[in-house]
Amino acid sequence: MMNAVVKPPRPKLRVATTSLAGCFGCHMSILDIDERLIDLLELVEFDRSPLTDIKHCGPCDIGIIEGGICNSENVHVLREFRANCKTLIAIGACAVNGGLPAQRNHLDLQEILLEIYQAGPVIDLDHARIPDDPELPLPLDKVHPIHEIVRIDYFIPGCPPSGDAIWTFLTELIAGRTPSLPYSQLHFD
Amino acid sequence: MSQSFTPIGQEMPGLDQWDVRHMSQSFTLDGAEVPFTPGQSILEAARNAGIYIPHLCWHPDFPAHGSCKLCVVKVNGRHVSSCATPAAAGIEVKSNSPEIREERKVLLQMLFVEGNHFCPSCEKSGGCELQAQAYDHEIMTPHYTLFYPDRPVDASHPDLLLDFNRCIFCELCVRASRDVDGKSVFALSERGIHKHLVVSSESGRLADTDIDPSDKAANICPVGVILHKRQGFTVPYGQRAYDETPISEQGLPNKETV
Repeated sequence: MMNAVVKPPRPKLRVATTSLAGCFGCHMSILDIDERLIDLLELVEFDRSPLTDIKHCGPCDIGIIEGGICNSENVHVLREFRANCKTLIAIGACAVNGGLPAQRNHLDLQEILLEIYQAGPVIDLDHARIPDDPELPLPLDKVHPIHEIVRIDYFIPGCPPSGDAIWTFLTELIAGRTPSLPYSQLHFD
Repeated sequence: MSQSFTPIGQEMPGLDQWDVRHMSQSFTLDGAEVPFTPGQSILEAARNAGIYIPHLCWHPDFPAHGSCKLCVVKVNGRHVSSCATPAAAGIEVKSNSPEIREERKVLLQMLFVEGNHFCPSCEKSGGCELQAQAYDHEIMTPHYTLFYPDRPVDASHPDLLLDFNRCIFCELCVRASRDVDGKSVFALSERGIHKHLVVSSESGRLADTDIDPSDKAANICPVGVILHKRQGFTVPYGQRAYDETPISEQGLPNKETV
């Protein structure tokens, strides 16, 4: 595998990643490309990402979004990525169709919050209330997949997509080809 | 018996007129010659010839239903359901063309946004025909705006679970229950976007019907609506029906998995 990647004569591509309404499982899967991360770092450098802890996205070649949109902050972050990234990729089931968080979509938001924070098995019922710190982003009434908010260039389904699928996809894209996954790497689960 | 193409009515030694009339007609499917017997649909004739046309609501044990439209083909310039269109001599059928494949992709994407298809938490994942068709058509995104309909599950039956979220309205359970089991446990109600699967009991609950887990209707769902309790996730990831082999490579007569 090490020999398959040739050092690029061009500057490294800048890549930003983030997890919105996701579980970071897709980021764990990015780490699952294992020692090929070293090959990848020959080709790219990371901008905003949990790997760098950079807080805002600068101009990038590739943006990778995990998770759907469940609150106002998600919307801002997604729009920042779209504004800065030439190519935006939705990674994982939640970014693609809302995933598990979207299974709250048939329920009323206020009823959910009341159930969790006031009616549920909380420790101190007298002081129980729905968190309302102004720092907290407001939840949206429905969870949305990211293609409903901004234009998305590519989608990698899976929960999470395998490290191999991510590797296939990224290396094809970086090589300038239209990425596609072999049958064995295309999964919705 | 000769399978070669013979003009209708021409006498051949060893064949009576019935054979000549009934086995010697053919049409072309993506350029290949496909023989058929009168009364066969394009889809059936193609299957007999070893050519798979994608389908969801069609089943070999039942008459054509023509509701999912996934088996769409182009016949002499018109788009028709191949399960419900009789084969006819000399017609030109296009199936595996970029245009038709794209149309099937759109149909599948519309099925995905219309229901709640969350594969990661579905027991049928890996063995689901809708998912398998999506894999085979390289669907990476539902593309359209998702509906997220509200469809409560029915867990009333001791042995069967109904998760209506995944229903694609193929009516295979409706047909199986009515025509094979003789019970008419299921039906579709209302029309258009309000169409949904219902249970034919006074309470509307599955527990109040006489359905049995061994009924054909309980074992025919191509997606994850009618599930057997206490059997979820028994087949490990990687060994499920469509993990390694596309549905198009196992959906022909001698390879039928169900």
